[in-house]
Amino acid sequence: MNKVYPSAAAALEGLLHDGMLIASGGFGLCGIPELLIAAIRDSGVKGLTVASNNAGVDGFGLGQLLETRQVKKMISSYVGENAEFMRQYRSGELELEFNPQGTLAERMRAGGAGIPGFYTATGVGTVIAEGKEHHDFDGRTYILERGIVADLAIVKAWRADPSGNLVFRKTARNFNVPAATCGKTCVVEVEEVVPLGSLDPDKIHLPGIYVHRIIVGTHEKRIENRTVRKKEAV
Amino acid sequence: MAEETKGWDRNGMAARAALELRDGTYVNLGIGIPTLVSNYIPKGVNVTLQSENGMLGMGPFPYEGEEDPDLINAGKQTITELPQTAYFDSAQSFAMIRGGKIAMAILGAMEVAENGDLANWMIPGKLVKGMGGAMDLVAGVGRVVVVMDHTSKHGESKVLKACTLPLTGKGVVDRIISNLGVLDVGHKGLHIVELAPGVTEEELRAATEATIVG
Repeated sequence: MNKVYPSAAAALEGLLHDGMLIASGGFGLCGIPELLIAAIRDSGVKGLTVASNNAGVDGFGLGQLLETRQVKKMISSYVGENAEFMRQYRSGELELEFNPQGTLAERMRAGGAGIPGFYTATGVGTVIAEGKEHHDFDGRTYILERGIVADLAIVKAWRADPSGNLVFRKTARNFNVPAATCGKTCVVEVEEVVPLGSLDPDKIHLPGIYVHRIIVGTHEKRIENRTVRKKEAV
Repeated sequence: MAEETKGWDRNGMAARAALELRDGTYVNLGIGIPTLVSNYIPKGVNVTLQSENGMLGMGPFPYEGEEDPDLINAGKQTITELPQTAYFDSAQSFAMIRGGKIAMAILGAMEVAENGDLANWMIPGKLVKGMGGAMDLVAGVGRVVVVMDHTSKHGESKVLKACTLPLTGKGVVDRIISNLGVLDVGHKGLHIVELAPGVTEEELRAATEATIVG
């Protein structure tokens, strides 16, 4: 089985339509599917709802889709790094549904695992709980949160084999795993496609059953907050 | 002006908060002053720091030129790994938080109330960045310690009878470490645990709107 496509545009062929729900991996700018986001921008598809922990920065990552007004609504936990986002949100051009970070991750995981909803104590007594079903278990109150099933998941991994088995690198794994599982279709961009048999089957982070199409490319991997220490004097 | 130099500064609060760490536990440190706590971990206390973007065993900032864009903390700062480091995805990360496996979180606060309510994520009309993982942390970890300035720039108390800002969690704070001292959240109000150097009990009480019961 070979799931590798020649380009991001080819891999997205037939998968995009106006008003769709896209789940995206990444945390901040770490492990974001930057090539697929650029290709979605170029496709001109609009009215998107995007479930992603963050919304990129101005001009990079999901910020590119905000600049072109292709996004109708974001489902995110933290959007503080994007001035254009705040402008559109304040003017009412962009809808925003805040989800606590763990609730967003679990909504994706649950959606991908065939679980339509789950109870969590996160957000009880806050604005997040408003309008949601409350239920007590063993003396503690929980709220019902819904699983997310996305029309399309876009994900960045480090390595793939042609069957779609994926390996991530360090903290770039983040939302890529839950996002991948919740997509009806999942397209993955990787830094390297390696031959079948060269990934250790015991060290696959996401099995290929969740992955439908793969592209390989060069990633900018921009650092959002470069922080270093000085070498101690010897 | 002498009053302004009383008590703990940012590093003093971080050093005091570090005394809360218990050997052999897993701990999550929030952004800001809580991040500084890792500089003051007492000798002989071994804690594993969790970063909610998907890492246990967070190491120090990298040396210049050794930054790795695939290795960041929850504040999106470049960091390094340790021999005991493990990586995982966001769902797994919050499963261990929600599941009560993290002993303690040390977080910043905009307001705390005498019943343990915490507000630290939103100022309507001004600051609308999002709660990130804060709501999950305060709902899930064993113990919540907040590190904060006791009063606003205008001298108004941030330790209140009731929070005015949207809540991060209801009745979730166990201990407050401010520039003026340490307070515990009890059943009917706050208990003074400790005064910061040079701060009198009268000064702490005067800066606190919340009920202090002991």
